[in-house]
Amino acid sequence: MEIRSKEFKQRAVFAIHDASLQQALGKARGGFVGKRAQQAAELPEFEQLREEAKNTKNHILDNLDHYLERYEAAVTAAGGHVHWARDAEEARRIILDICKRVDAKTVTKGKSMVSEEIGLNEALIEHGMEVVETDLGEYIIQLAHEPPSHIIAPAVHKTKDQVSDLFEKAHGGPRKTEVADLVNEARRVLRDKYFKADVGITGGNFLVAETGSSIIVTNEGNGDLTQTLAKVHIVTSGIERVVPTLDDATLFLRLLARSATGQETETYTTISTGPRRAGDLDGPEEYHVVLVDNGRSKMLAGRFKDMLRCIRCGACMNHCPVYGAVGGHAYGWVYPGPMGSVLTPLIKGLDNAYDLPNACTLNGRCASVCPVKIPLPDLLRELRHMQHQQDITPVMQKRALQVWRYVATRPKLYHALEQVGARFLSAIAKNGSIRRLPLAGAWTDVRDLPAPAGRTFLELWQGKRGQK
Amino acid sequence: MTESPTRGPRVGLFATCLMNVFRPNVGFSAVKLLEDAGCSVEVPANQTCCGQPGYNSGDYDAARALARQVIETFENYDYIVGPSGSCMATIRHDYPVLFQDDPMWLPRAQALSEKAWELLSFLADVLHAAPADSHYDGTVTYHDSCSGLRGLGIKGQPRALLGEVDGLKLKEMEDSEVCCGFGGTFCVKYPEISEKMVEDKVRNVLATGADTLVGGDLGCLMNIAGRLRRINAPVKVFHTAEVLAGLADGPGLAGAAKESD
Repeated sequence: MEIRSKEFKQRAVFAIHDASLQQALGKARGGFVGKRAQQAAELPEFEQLREEAKNTKNHILDNLDHYLERYEAAVTAAGGHVHWARDAEEARRIILDICKRVDAKTVTKGKSMVSEEIGLNEALIEHGMEVVETDLGEYIIQLAHEPPSHIIAPAVHKTKDQVSDLFEKAHGGPRKTEVADLVNEARRVLRDKYFKADVGITGGNFLVAETGSSIIVTNEGNGDLTQTLAKVHIVTSGIERVVPTLDDATLFLRLLARSATGQETETYTTISTGPRRAGDLDGPEEYHVVLVDNGRSKMLAGRFKDMLRCIRCGACMNHCPVYGAVGGHAYGWVYPGPMGSVLTPLIKGLDNAYDLPNACTLNGRCASVCPVKIPLPDLLRELRHMQHQQDITPVMQKRALQVWRYVATRPKLYHALEQVGARFLSAIAKNGSIRRLPLAGAWTDVRDLPAPAGRTFLELWQGKRGQK
Repeated sequence: MTESPTRGPRVGLFATCLMNVFRPNVGFSAVKLLEDAGCSVEVPANQTCCGQPGYNSGDYDAARALARQVIETFENYDYIVGPSGSCMATIRHDYPVLFQDDPMWLPRAQALSEKAWELLSFLADVLHAAPADSHYDGTVTYHDSCSGLRGLGIKGQPRALLGEVDGLKLKEMEDSEVCCGFGGTFCVKYPEISEKMVEDKVRNVLATGADTLVGGDLGCLMNIAGRLRRINAPVKVFHTAEVLAGLADGPGLAGAAKESD
């Protein structure tokens, strides 16, 4: 997927004025936030689990090479294959090679953000394969030819009416308007595809080093059909998703559904270990895992290591007021919201996504709900620091900061300017506020500027107490 | 530098930039509340800004320059107290981070960090003070400023203190913990997004039917008050300290009135 994060500002403004989008976002926001809060409140050890999850992830990241090697050995022992992909291109090539080798015509896909990250669908389609997204949300946006706008609710930006239109066009009608009817229609269409599929591709929420298993969680069961009915199952996953044992996986599973959708647990939690064995009733003939680095090992070595704890629950974006205002597409690449604003510049380049770390009020709500306690605002500020150091920050802003520093480190000058400012603003105010202020349109276009009283506090204080 | 007549802990008042220019009444309210609680309050003349604009813009060097100035100015007081969760969270949390690789300044940054308090949490958690005979006629709704709430754990303290004010009725708004869209330079860098956020905030304020909005950070309050005024909504906006000190008798922020001085 081509990165369009440089257009963030325009896309954000567009999104704010898109009535359907705003309607869809409003509905989603209330649901996710309220349900998560309820789940967190009902589990007395929830905060303790967050701390444990953070510590466990830190331990894994400190020993990532060890666990990845153990994982690879266990997958191989179970009859599967592990492939290492340095970057998106290599990952695409590995998967294409497997698909071509088995002469794949139809490829079904469970939900996988890594496959979005590496631009997999486009590559498969380019090589003549039919690619079918089987997650309902992913299926909807595939019909709409759009990328996901949320990492766990990819079609959250769509209203029911829009889905009705898409389905009518794709499936030939009659037009359904009830949610249950829409779901049944998608289920019927998708059912055939599962059986036709030569290759089924899923993500991997967790990779278990102890057993060589991949774990996926879904609410629709589409992932299970994708991976068990196709002849070949390919798992795409980031290298950071490995956990030592099944016990560790359960720690994260307890946090994942609660943080993501506000469920106690997802409907389906599926553990896959290797291909079909003799005597198994079903399962794929081949089982492959493509471990994608794509910038992750670089993060591991630097200041953004904390970001690799991410378990992709989406709580940060559900609680982000900026995401809530503009939706996921404004961010211009695969990962939106706070986690995306950290990942996108790191994966795609700092200067390709200037706005993402800056379009944040640092209000901290994301970090307060993150199940693995990633200090997202600190990481976003750190990216601003890197932009500043690398001269990606706009020149005007740098100049302004230099002037501010010069003045603010000279208290007498600073106070004199504050006094002038207070008097000026007070003089031009009407009834306590200023409606329009030249050069401050960004403030006064949106709101009045409350007017100062005329003299500064320090002046008045000197007057009242200075002589005593 | 001046000294007030009362005895008790020696408090250096951090006169935040917005307070100094836009709302001196908040400073006098802070002084009154601190003195009523037995502190001796001083306002060092050598202070300017805490450095947060530099820090949050990624200019760590500028932030450090300002931080050193604040440390030098305030390190000899028993406490540094300011009427802002945002500035005080910077001093409390960010100064030690800024100097983590500087063995000369780190101990001084840490020492100041430990005695840096936001006004209302200082009154409630350190001084265990209750506002003396203050009175406010009205229904008040409280906005939780993000830095105070998540940075310093300020949530119950202002509400408890407001609960002591005679005549005041507190009515909670929906999403009181959601950012108002100010965010320092965010509000002028991304005005359309900021507008959407403050619009949501104002809708929640108005839904309470409260006649007054209070909060602990002037940045947020100026944003919300400015928006309320723009849409001609008749809600008065005060800093919590003004109401507690009984000095919310004049016009609120962005409110119609003559000069208060």
